[in-house]
Amino acid sequence: MESKKRVLLKIFVSTLYLSAFTFGGGYVIVTLMKKKFVDEYHWIEEGEMLDLIAIAQSAPGAIAVNGAIVVGYKLAGIIGALTAIIATILPPFVIISLISVFYNAFRTNFIVSSMLEGMQAGVAAVIASVVFEMAGGVIHGKSPVSITIMILAFLASCILNINVVYIILVCGLLGVVRTLYAKRRAKQ
Amino acid sequence: MIYLQLFWSFLQIGLFSFGGGYAAMPLIQEHVVTSHQWLSMPEFTDLITISQMTPGPIAINSATFVGIKIAGIPGAVVATLGCILPSCIIVTLIAKLYLKYRNMALLQGILNSLRPAVVAMIASAGISILITALWGNGSAILLSGTNWLLAAIFAGCIVLLQKFRMNPILVMVLAGAVHTVFSLITG
Repeated sequence: MESKKRVLLKIFVSTLYLSAFTFGGGYVIVTLMKKKFVDEYHWIEEGEMLDLIAIAQSAPGAIAVNGAIVVGYKLAGIIGALTAIIATILPPFVIISLISVFYNAFRTNFIVSSMLEGMQAGVAAVIASVVFEMAGGVIHGKSPVSITIMILAFLASCILNINVVYIILVCGLLGVVRTLYAKRRAKQ
Repeated sequence: MIYLQLFWSFLQIGLFSFGGGYAAMPLIQEHVVTSHQWLSMPEFTDLITISQMTPGPIAINSATFVGIKIAGIPGAVVATLGCILPSCIIVTLIAKLYLKYRNMALLQGILNSLRPAVVAMIASAGISILITALWGNGSAILLSGTNWLLAAIFAGCIVLLQKFRMNPILVMVLAGAVHTVFSLITG
């Protein structure tokens, strides 16, 4: 293995690069991380990387940030995790800072504002399509509990305007109860 | 104090968004639009649109955007730190426990019950974005108030995405371009 300084530098450069050029969200970025750190550098074993990705995806927060933390931590401890986090949040931070400086000036421009308005209809379609796919996955799972949760959560959020934090807390608790109950039944 | 409010709000966004991608969107809307009114619904919709066009997680993009708007660069730093702090602690802890016990049954169990709820909440946030896009902010949803051009663009995008599996970023650029061309023609 290379010296720690070089490892940290490599972690920084590769996560910075991945974060700056990956469009399409966290699921894409963790796949690219696997390519980089498993296939190219051979720093992490494939099986372990899959487990680390599973952790990044199931913990709360942005998957790209979580992925950076697990990889950085695995390779170089807390310092590694911090290095990877900074490299991951730096590109969006800089890009969005620049955009928000110009946002107010640009938003009043006719071309920019009609472009943005059209893109809003586009983003609504993108979200709708993501929802179709995800909801389809839940329905195909054929679990009555999951489908019920989905319907009730939708009514609670869209019709009753209940704070989403409460919905998440209730469903998370339900998950704890279900898991413990299933464990108990498996034991008997 | 504004920095504390920003930090606290984005801490909750980081703590309660499970499942990545759009999962943070309903939470951001709840904190940023509904409870603190740091952004109006059209601004929030712009933010989501911009987030789609640029790299980086929606939550980090929002923390930067909202932070700068409310309290400048220090605000953006504070909001971003708030957003990633829960991840730093929880992910490191889970990674440690996992490397020791290799068992994630409880976490997976929680996630199984959360996933359908997350889908539902994304749907709900998506509906408010669609309403903002087609009817503007605050106006009642009346048939006569519908922006039919944007409604047609929305329908066209759905076809491109669902039927032709076109790249979402390309679809959005196309939607913006078509709308701009039509707006220029009709004045």
